[in-house]
Amino acid sequence: METNGAKLSSHKSKSGIAIVATSDPPMARRRNPFLFAKSLILPAVLILLWSFFSTERFRDLPFLKGTVIVDKLSNPQILPPPWVVVKRWIAYALPLQPFDKTQETYLQWLFSGELPIDLWSSLQRVLTGFAIAILLAVPLGVLMGASQLAYDFVNPSIQILRPIPPIAWIPLAMLWFGLGDPPAYFLIFLGAFFPILINTISGVRNVDSIYIRAAQNLGAKRLALFWRIILPAATPQILTGIRVGLGIAFICVIIAEMIAVQSGLGFRILEAREYSYTDKVIAGMFTIGLLGLALDSIITRINGYLLRWHRSLDQARN
Amino acid sequence: MNASKPIIQISNLDKQFVSKRDSETVFALKAINLEVYQGEFICLLGPSGCGKSTLLNVIAGFSAPTSGTLIANGEPVGQPGPDRSMVFQEYALFPWMTVYKNVAFGLELAGKGGPEIRQTVNHWLHKLQLRDFRDRFPKDLSGGMRQRVAIARALAIDSPMLLMDEPFAALDALTRRNLQDEVLRIWEELGKTILFVTHGIDESVYLATRVIVMTYRPGQIKKIVPIDLPRPRDPNSAEFNGVERQLGELVAEEQRRREESGQ
Repeated sequence: METNGAKLSSHKSKSGIAIVATSDPPMARRRNPFLFAKSLILPAVLILLWSFFSTERFRDLPFLKGTVIVDKLSNPQILPPPWVVVKRWIAYALPLQPFDKTQETYLQWLFSGELPIDLWSSLQRVLTGFAIAILLAVPLGVLMGASQLAYDFVNPSIQILRPIPPIAWIPLAMLWFGLGDPPAYFLIFLGAFFPILINTISGVRNVDSIYIRAAQNLGAKRLALFWRIILPAATPQILTGIRVGLGIAFICVIIAEMIAVQSGLGFRILEAREYSYTDKVIAGMFTIGLLGLALDSIITRINGYLLRWHRSLDQARN
Repeated sequence: MNASKPIIQISNLDKQFVSKRDSETVFALKAINLEVYQGEFICLLGPSGCGKSTLLNVIAGFSAPTSGTLIANGEPVGQPGPDRSMVFQEYALFPWMTVYKNVAFGLELAGKGGPEIRQTVNHWLHKLQLRDFRDRFPKDLSGGMRQRVAIARALAIDSPMLLMDEPFAALDALTRRNLQDEVLRIWEELGKTILFVTHGIDESVYLATRVIVMTYRPGQIKKIVPIDLPRPRDPNSAEFNGVERQLGELVAEEQRRREESGQ
């Protein structure tokens, strides 16, 4: 099976390198080093350009000299050069206190810096809110997809609540849950809930009737139809909803942290701005980006495993 | 078994539906009378829109007749069930199950025990040359392979009859002939009754003991043509071509009616 899977995806890789590389572990391990190098060209160019902004040469460019563009881009308060950001990033990640054997273990000390703590705060918030959303949205969506009565009963309320952006819930969330983690959980849950629900409903409703017919023909009755046909047939779309939901949950955690709590990556970049630590703002943003990328590739791998039977994995993910 | 008692008995069966285009009532099937006996290989032949697939779906229990009676295996047909197993043109394999699981599914539903399921599934996988593919998913198989799995799945539940709805229409000529031979071998060996919908004239002459030619709207039985050619049949022989020509003329008449009606 394994080898066959790899063979198939190497076939596909001509058209969709990035997708295959993240979806298929055996393939990813054997990733073509040349292709990987190609994907680094653009970041390298951008970083070089960014470094160039802080040089004399940039300031002296004849056609830009004295313009507002030079003024802004070469100002470290506005755009600090990459090495300054990296230095700040390292400082942000390292422990604040020297190691003290009597107080803590080495591992505890190693992760006692601001960044690891912020990272963990943000991560546990996303995962908690997201998990609650999955636990509520998938069963409700399956019920609404399978039963017209349940659909008619719940759908109007869903349609009214769904267009309200999670951000608009912030005042209410703070009134209801105060400050700290609970309002953040609530916002993240709200953000992830609707895409998961809507996709689950439509996944269950749009099961190809040919599978139902074939299963009935083989003697399947209600329960077997539901568990062995409808649910697996709807899985690709449920997983699509979960992936979209995670993306929105991640947006919500940053927003929630900018408003309702005193820790986490979202809080940190806003705090850094107040001290005019532009380098720290950028370092924090990169951390957010990397965390988002990590979460997305984890869920893509899980999807790839669960949907290893699926004909068009690439389509299912978009 | 009992040669005098038909395994399928259809009398005065109508199936109407309301056309979406001009909301007129259309007879998809009209006044169908048909008796099928144990061990027959029946081909339902006609241009598209003649109701041959509708008739198969009614027998399978997927749609109810408007009027008339339909008895299969001694009982009036209500729901779809494993006593009339079906092979679909689109294969209808469950893509989330491996080949093995697809074939085992019907047996599991019937509450068979583990060892029996294993033995039966392996038997059919072997019979249809699928042994090396048992752990594959359907997406990794060619059309011909998929249809083999669908046939194995239909046979595994040991239904006395097999309903086949243009099962080989999407396959290339060579694969089609292979599968036709495979189905004939199984039919001869097991004595199953087969109802086979096709629009291929040569396919029906190659396979059937009786060909039922149907008319274009309303779907009626135009003519029942018994085929007595010895087997294995040679599609290049004069006799074969004679029957083919005879059936071809019948179908062409209906095809013309279809074109005149502007469909």
